Amino acid sequence: MNVLPGFFFYLLSAIILGGAILTITRRNAVHSAIWLIVTLLGVAGIYLNQHAEFLAAVQVLVYIGGIMVLFLFVIMLVNLDEAAKQRQFNHQWTIAVGCALALMAELAYFIVKGRESFRFGDTGTGTLNPDAAVIEFLKSCRDIPGLGPGGFLQPNTELIACALYRDYLLPFEIASVLLLVAIVGAVVMAKKEI
Amino acid sequence: MPEVTTAHYIFLSTALFTIGTIGVLTRRNVVIILMSIELILNAVNINLVAFSKQLLSINGQAFAVFIIVDAAAEAAVGLGIIIALFRNKETINADEIDLMKW
Amino acid sequence: MNFLDSIWMIPLFPAAGAILMLLFGKKLPKAAVSVICPGTVLVSFLMSLGAVLQLARLSEHSYEKILYTWLPGGPFHLTNGQMGHLQADWGFLLDPLSSVMILVVTGVGFLIHVYSVGYMGHEAGYHRFFGYLNLFIFFMLTLVLANNYLLLFVGWEGVGLCSYLLIGFYFLRDSATKAGIKAFIVNRIGDAGFVLGVLLMLATFGSLRFTSVFGEVNRQVETGLLTSGDATVALMTLLLFIGATGKSAQIPLYVWLPDAMEGPTPVSALIHAATMVTAGVYMVARSNVLFSLSPQTMAMVAGVGALTAIFAATIGLAQYDIKRVLAYSTVSQLGYMFLACGVGAYGAGIFHLMTHAFFKALLFLGSGSVIHALSGEQDMRKMGALRHKIPVTFWTFFIASLAIIGAPPFAGFFSKDEILWKAFSAETHAGLLLWVVGFVTAGLTALYIWRLVFLTFFGQSRVDHEVEHHIHESPKTMTIPLMTLAVLSIVGGWVGWPRILGGSNRLETWLEPVFEHSSKLLAHEAEHGAAAQEYLFMFLSVAVGAFGVFIAWYFFIRRPEAADRIVQTVPGVQRLLYNKYYVDEVYNAVFVDGFAKGGGTALGRFDARIVDGGVNGSAWLTLLTSRLSIWWDTWVIDGAVRLSSFTVKVLSYPVRLLQTGLVQVYALFIVFGVLIFFSYYLIR
Repeated sequence: MNVLPGFFFYLLSAIILGGAILTITRRNAVHSAIWLIVTLLGVAGIYLNQHAEFLAAVQVLVYIGGIMVLFLFVIMLVNLDEAAKQRQFNHQWTIAVGCALALMAELAYFIVKGRESFRFGDTGTGTLNPDAAVIEFLKSCRDIPGLGPGGFLQPNTELIACALYRDYLLPFEIASVLLLVAIVGAVVMAKKEI
Repeated sequence: MPEVTTAHYIFLSTALFTIGTIGVLTRRNVVIILMSIELILNAVNINLVAFSKQLLSINGQAFAVFIIVDAAAEAAVGLGIIIALFRNKETINADEIDLMKW
Repeated sequence: MNFLDSIWMIPLFPAAGAILMLLFGKKLPKAAVSVICPGTVLVSFLMSLGAVLQLARLSEHSYEKILYTWLPGGPFHLTNGQMGHLQADWGFLLDPLSSVMILVVTGVGFLIHVYSVGYMGHEAGYHRFFGYLNLFIFFMLTLVLANNYLLLFVGWEGVGLCSYLLIGFYFLRDSATKAGIKAFIVNRIGDAGFVLGVLLMLATFGSLRFTSVFGEVNRQVETGLLTSGDATVALMTLLLFIGATGKSAQIPLYVWLPDAMEGPTPVSALIHAATMVTAGVYMVARSNVLFSLSPQTMAMVAGVGALTAIFAATIGLAQYDIKRVLAYSTVSQLGYMFLACGVGAYGAGIFHLMTHAFFKALLFLGSGSVIHALSGEQDMRKMGALRHKIPVTFWTFFIASLAIIGAPPFAGFFSKDEILWKAFSAETHAGLLLWVVGFVTAGLTALYIWRLVFLTFFGQSRVDHEVEHHIHESPKTMTIPLMTLAVLSIVGGWVGWPRILGGSNRLETWLEPVFEHSSKLLAHEAEHGAAAQEYLFMFLSVAVGAFGVFIAWYFFIRRPEAADRIVQTVPGVQRLLYNKYYVDEVYNAVFVDGFAKGGGTALGRFDARIVDGGVNGSAWLTLLTSRLSIWWDTWVIDGAVRLSSFTVKVLSYPVRLLQTGLVQVYALFIVFGVLIFFSYYLIR
């Protein structure tokens, strides 16, 4: 029984939740951004913990290297000194927090009730029973050696590439169009005069 | 220490989602509201990766990639809106912007 | 050239001249106007002459030319139950009667046009004057050449219009415009009668064309359907005669003619002496077949003619305005013509119409020359001793004065004598009475005309000093027409030289075919046998004329103070005559103030009480209903609308509160919704 993944899970969970709570409570937006980066790094660790190396890399490169830089730029462009001196929470915050916590409680209740179906490698019968479609797919990718040790999806990057550029080619292209539209939209809105 | 199951990851995702929701609902600063949305999206990603692991299906991770793309697009547009808003209204407080009411 | 076939062109030349003048006259030089307008009438005259000469060579002595049907009406029921067709042609009829008329109209018209060139030379509106004059000639020719009553009526109204326009030619002068309106309105009264007569004719005989109507009448007379004294024909002719009294200034509608002297003198000569006023006589003569069928109307025509003749002659005795004397003279002479027509001597009436056109036009033109010489003075009390100063005018005037009193061998002698003789020999009526009236009138005529001559040309000069050294003979354009008319006044009567004096009475022979049917009906030709009697009457009429001249000479040359003494002994008579028997005042009081104004007041009251009452009542009703509808609208319709809108407002108020415009509130709702959703599964 390897205890290390469990240890890392709890550690990363603490970092993530602590970072998230600090993100939404900081007065200074730059501090919030820093704590958000910490949170995102924790999430990247969670990905690694689950042998999703490609996603972990993307999380660091795109989120922390791209999106968060964007955030910091905007924070610098927009004068937040004034906002920092004001009240940070709106009038409905008590109700909102109550509702959110109640929702979380309900969700937790559901998860606890159905926890038996959430075991790794054990879908109720106790034996590894990969998805028939996944096995078929893996066999069709002749160059891929197959499932790695421990039932993990390996090699991770090749599998994702195979999925993205083969099964999800059209959504992938649509996503690129979405990005293009977003870029144009952002330019249009941010520009002073068109 | 008990084995880490998918349920643990779901718990983590739920907690992160709730924190993000609280941030969206309570903060006045629009930039931080956008950050909270990133938190929510990350909660979703954790979910997807966890199920991908459990079901030995790569599709979950592929969807996570799409969600990261979506997050990038949302961040770009959202921050553009913030800049336009700040230029016109001299504020980035969400509860001071109520143009869309009767 | 076949002039007969182109008689339709005769009226066109003056019409073209009129259009040219009235549209472009302002831009034309005066010389062009002076040439074009008399020129068009001259062309018409020459064409008329050619047409009449060609007509004389025809055996039928009648030529009808129909251009087209301008009023094609539908069929309708006649009074006798048969079907008739209303149809009015733009057609022309040239027969002996109309040939005399067109020669007079174009001939005298041309001379007066030439005269006007001199007389109107210094007046404003020169082209306008000639435009109206040409228009008049056009309508007059249409009138006399028409081959049906409707086209005749077109000309009839047209000349009335021109008369109105020319009487009011000096439209800046108030009296002139009033005189024009008076002439127009009085003529309308007569025209109403004429139209009714024509309509009655249409309903009775089913046609308006002369040849058809008279042919139908003759046919019915021969078959015994129509006898003398028929009531319908009597009414018809009476209505036509009312029209004639209006146009030809007979009692009771003569009042407009003296006032018409407000127009320029050539107008008085052409329209109000020579041509237009004789239209009534022409129309009666044209309808002779009908008139001869109705002894009652004939008696009326003769009576009215005789009465008018003596009535107007007496008024003429006391007038001082030179043109007014001539105007009453015209009325009186027209009375003679109607007297002739009334006793069935249509030929004599037309004969007198022709000679009268010559000498009365000459008298008017001469008086115009006098007025011209005296710088516009018309009062005879401010004239006198002009015979050496304006000799041409004097001599021509002298000839005309002899012609009008019937001195042989001047034109008036033959025509007037024939009328008096026919009046006497017409045994069907009170012939002797009519003759006596005509005889006395002849004496009065001599008296007033020679009074005018003596006052104007003889005796002491009573001319104002500043006027005196401006006296001058008129220019050639005026004197030449005077001389031409003077010649015509002498020789014009010779065409009707009576048989008993060795002549052949060509005019009567020429006119014979027009009147042959009525001659048959009246049948008093045998009277011509009494030659001795006729010589006696001839002598008597000349004698009474000479007596009149003598009286005039005695009172106005020899013993001017005697006239004043007579006036002083019987002042009432002079005042009565001078004021024209107060007829104008009576008409004014009875018709204008009495009928028109009284009727107006009554109508006004009717308007105010009944019509306005109805209008106000309906307005009140409308107001009431609209008030009710306002109430209904306000409380029921609007109430329902407001109630529904109020309901929506009240119900929407809580919903409205939810719409804060704040994104986070909406997000909270979403979260809350999801919470509720999950709670459902939780408690299920």
